[in-house]
Amino acid sequence: MKNKFILFTVIVAISFCFIIFYKGLNNSNTYTPKITDKKNIPIFEAKDFNSNAYLNSEKIFEEDIFYIINIWASWCVPCRTEHPLLMKLSKNQSVKLVGLNYKDNLNNAKDFINEFGNPYSQIIIDNDGTLSIEFGAYGVPETFIIDKNKKIIRKFVGPINEEIVEKIESIIK
Amino acid sequence: MLINQIGYYSLILGLLLSVLLCGVSIKDFNNSSKQINQKVLSLSFLQLVFVIVSFVSLIFSFINSDFSNETVFNNSHTTKPLFYKISGTWGNHEGSLLLWLLVLTLFIFLFLIKSKQQPKKYRILTLLFQQIIIIGFFLFVLLTSNPFNYLFPIPNEGLGLNPILQDPALAIHPPILYLGYVGTSIIFSSSLAAVTQNYVSKEWSQHIKKWVLVSWIFLTLGIMLGSIWAYYELGWGGFWFWDPVENVSLMPWLTLTALLHCIAVLERRSALTSWVIILSITTFTLSMCGTFLVRSGILNSVHTFANDPARGIFILIFLFVLITLSLGIFFFFHKENNKNSNNFFWLSRETSILINNWFMMYFLSVVLIGTVYPIFLDVISNEKISVGPPFYQKLIVPFLIPFLLFMSLGPRLKWIKSKIENKNSLIITFIISVMLTFFILKNLTTDLLFYTVLVSVAFFLLFTTLKELFIKKFYNISQTVAHFGFSLLILSILFNSILSSEIITNIKIGEKYNYNKSEIFLKKTEERKESNFNAIIGHFEIKDQSGKIIELKPEIRVYNQPVIITSEADIKTTLLDDKFLAMNLVKGNEYFNIRYQVKPFMVWIWISVLLLSLGGLMSLFKKKYEK
Repeated sequence: MKNKFILFTVIVAISFCFIIFYKGLNNSNTYTPKITDKKNIPIFEAKDFNSNAYLNSEKIFEEDIFYIINIWASWCVPCRTEHPLLMKLSKNQSVKLVGLNYKDNLNNAKDFINEFGNPYSQIIIDNDGTLSIEFGAYGVPETFIIDKNKKIIRKFVGPINEEIVEKIESIIK
Repeated sequence: MLINQIGYYSLILGLLLSVLLCGVSIKDFNNSSKQINQKVLSLSFLQLVFVIVSFVSLIFSFINSDFSNETVFNNSHTTKPLFYKISGTWGNHEGSLLLWLLVLTLFIFLFLIKSKQQPKKYRILTLLFQQIIIIGFFLFVLLTSNPFNYLFPIPNEGLGLNPILQDPALAIHPPILYLGYVGTSIIFSSSLAAVTQNYVSKEWSQHIKKWVLVSWIFLTLGIMLGSIWAYYELGWGGFWFWDPVENVSLMPWLTLTALLHCIAVLERRSALTSWVIILSITTFTLSMCGTFLVRSGILNSVHTFANDPARGIFILIFLFVLITLSLGIFFFFHKENNKNSNNFFWLSRETSILINNWFMMYFLSVVLIGTVYPIFLDVISNEKISVGPPFYQKLIVPFLIPFLLFMSLGPRLKWIKSKIENKNSLIITFIISVMLTFFILKNLTTDLLFYTVLVSVAFFLLFTTLKELFIKKFYNISQTVAHFGFSLLILSILFNSILSSEIITNIKIGEKYNYNKSEIFLKKTEERKESNFNAIIGHFEIKDQSGKIIELKPEIRVYNQPVIITSEADIKTTLLDDKFLAMNLVKGNEYFNIRYQVKPFMVWIWISVLLLSLGGLMSLFKKKYEK
């Protein structure tokens, strides 16, 4: 009796572990944190990618539409995989993409854009990573959606995929 | 090209031989002759040869930079030095699985040769169980991770080997670790065979102990090499990061250590049979589990090579088949022979070993929970957490105190029934340890009471084992050496963590940085070109409090294939401390970011682990059993 009970418990425990590991395998590594209070975007000043001139945040987000901020770097491998999806998103008229070039070498970054295309309406430079920290970023790549009230309403940690693109498209509609 | 074909077909032949071996040995099982059919031995040898041929052809493809082979294309480059071309063979997913197979087949062949004195049915069953594992891995390699995939058109150049894997310690780390890790398969197979044959006995324990020791020694050395690599190459200035992959190599080590002690009880008292079997099964299961966690990409770590769910699912199913099979066999066949023998007198060697087991199980559960809990939590609640060093330190370090105390007293006890002898001298040793510790630590730490107790018991273990070494000379010397090594290890780690200091600052050429009477001076930088990287070398002069000057030359390496920047620390090692200096580029200006650390007793950590394995080695070559 006691043996059977142990056997039963062991089988249940093993099946449980199996299911968890099985599900864990299919989990993607993208992480979408829940945002409980919608944060205002930080007020900042940053260098422009092309002109090297300083721009302030109000100027960058002046239009009354949705913005997407994408943190990227030429050295970041996952950024390459998500780039075609960003190109696709950039064709959407109701949103503007702002690239935040994170701790990158300017020449490498320019090569990257020349090679893969430029989905961004504007690129700003974050040389030391402080601006990304102010946005509350975990690392590269990371994507934020900013609504018309200039509040961050969603963020996606890690490279975006088709599923996330659909989500974004339904939000900005 | 041709060599790829040879490698591939050798693998298939090896798999066919597995099936053939199973058939022949099952036929031989009921044969009345006392010895195993010679055919079985030859077939097993042939299988080993085929796997070796396959492995060697992969090595050849790497040496020749044959980029028609996908594995070579993905992991090598013509500019790599020869040494790293070769070590690249097992520095990737496919090649490392081939290494798994090699060790699996090697060990079963050696087992067959070395176990001629053992009952025939037991040997055949061990072979069968081992062949189940081998077949599983053959299928895994052939179906999901074939190392000989053909590429056409043939690329001109490979993608390169990850520079952090281009390191001498890491080149030999996988083979050594695998000998230990995969070596536990033979313990698994033979314990299952012994259970079905009701052969879990003194004779069995004497014979299997050698295999436990071999795995244990290699596992210990393998973990140490990995740790040395992390210390020198990753440039974080530590030697153990509680990274999930480090943990999965530590877990089988814990159970294997417990098993090693349990076997001694089985050998002398025919007791703790269930413990021995369960530990044998768990050890191999944990090794497999480690392979799953590392190879499936379920964890993110420097070791995760491939993120291919198909591989993960295959190995997951295989893992659970093995677990179910082994537990099934355990439940249906295992009978605890003489129940009385498990009633130990409270003060005896057996009891102290049992206590050791419980501690090992506790440490194991802490590491296990820390490693897999994030996966469970992610699946159940979609929450991501990462478990860091503080978790392990909080849960493990305090328990070292009773553990070390029992370890100092346990080996002095006699089997069956004992009393503590020389109480006075023990008490005096203890008082000396406490006083010594107090004087050393007095001004060094904020948490004086806790550390004093902790370091005292470590010293206590050190002194008691030292005394054993001098008084009893060669009596049980292997155990004394291993325990001495362990106490030294704990002491070095503790002093290392209490006394380490670190300076992080930005510095430019020609600048001096002063801090409490010491000085760091960056004289100049210099550039150097190698075939696989370009390096910027910083020439630093460091003056310590006594005015002694040492020179350190850390590097920043820019590897060309793939383009990755690594920071190569320069470390000056003396018996007393390591001086560690790493530098990094600061983007956009002439400053370098430097990290200077003084780490006391670093080298003693490696020495003590070597002593630990030396103890194991001595036990392996011990002629006669000491009473």
